[in-house]
Amino acid sequence: MNNRRRSFLAIAGGAGALAAAGLLKPGAAQAATWNKQGFEAKAYTDAVKGLGASSLIETKDIAITAPDIAENGAVVPVAITSKIPNTQSISIIAEKNPFPLAATFDVAGGVEPYASVRLKLGQTSNVRAVVKAADGKFYTAAKEVKVTVGGCG
Amino acid sequence: MAEPMRIRATLQGDVADVRILMRHPMETGQRKDAKGEIVPVHFIQNVVVTHNGKTVLDAQWSQAVSRDPFLGIRVKGAKAGDKIAVTWTDNRGDKRTDEATVAAAS
Repeated sequence: MNNRRRSFLAIAGGAGALAAAGLLKPGAAQAATWNKQGFEAKAYTDAVKGLGASSLIETKDIAITAPDIAENGAVVPVAITSKIPNTQSISIIAEKNPFPLAATFDVAGGVEPYASVRLKLGQTSNVRAVVKAADGKFYTAAKEVKVTVGGCG
Repeated sequence: MAEPMRIRATLQGDVADVRILMRHPMETGQRKDAKGEIVPVHFIQNVVVTHNGKTVLDAQWSQAVSRDPFLGIRVKGAKAGDKIAVTWTDNRGDKRTDEATVAAAS
């Protein structure tokens, strides 16, 4: 038993070293750490907490372009445009998905505060955009999308 | 090895309209195959876009992004001939980088 434990530890240790080597590869684009807490949250409120937001301010300065009715929940085009000054990041939350937080875009680097993606929606739900501004405040807007056939199956 | 992305970057003023089409199954981990076994979760977690080597967008995704993901962004301060490179990393550690040149407005 003790032997087995030893070999397990050796394997685990080796895997850790490999992962570290992968992260430190020179010249590779340094990606931000994947927000495990936010993306693995199963409830909408936990997903918001996972983004680091304690409160959300409703605003009309975020435009969400999405269909009113999506016939196929597997491919729902969603585009977010933020008019909030100094937008740092844009997150998209599908309130009723099994894992509500769908995506986060860190736009501070040199792109306009705009992102267009296609999402899967499990059922009719509010699609919510959460924008983090440079002053640390979080702004939000929502749009309901009716889903005829769910996209999670 | 993953299939190549299709990247189109068109100039509109000094902003490049970049449209990226990736090839990825984006499995949610909730779907069952013909044998009734759950298809393991497999999706792109990180997307990094660089403009002439400088990172301009860092995106984090969940399995809720559709199959063969589409991403549309607008890169500021671009001019014709600039290089736009896109790198994605999925939850199994697979990676793919593709590059495109910004085309002048037609």
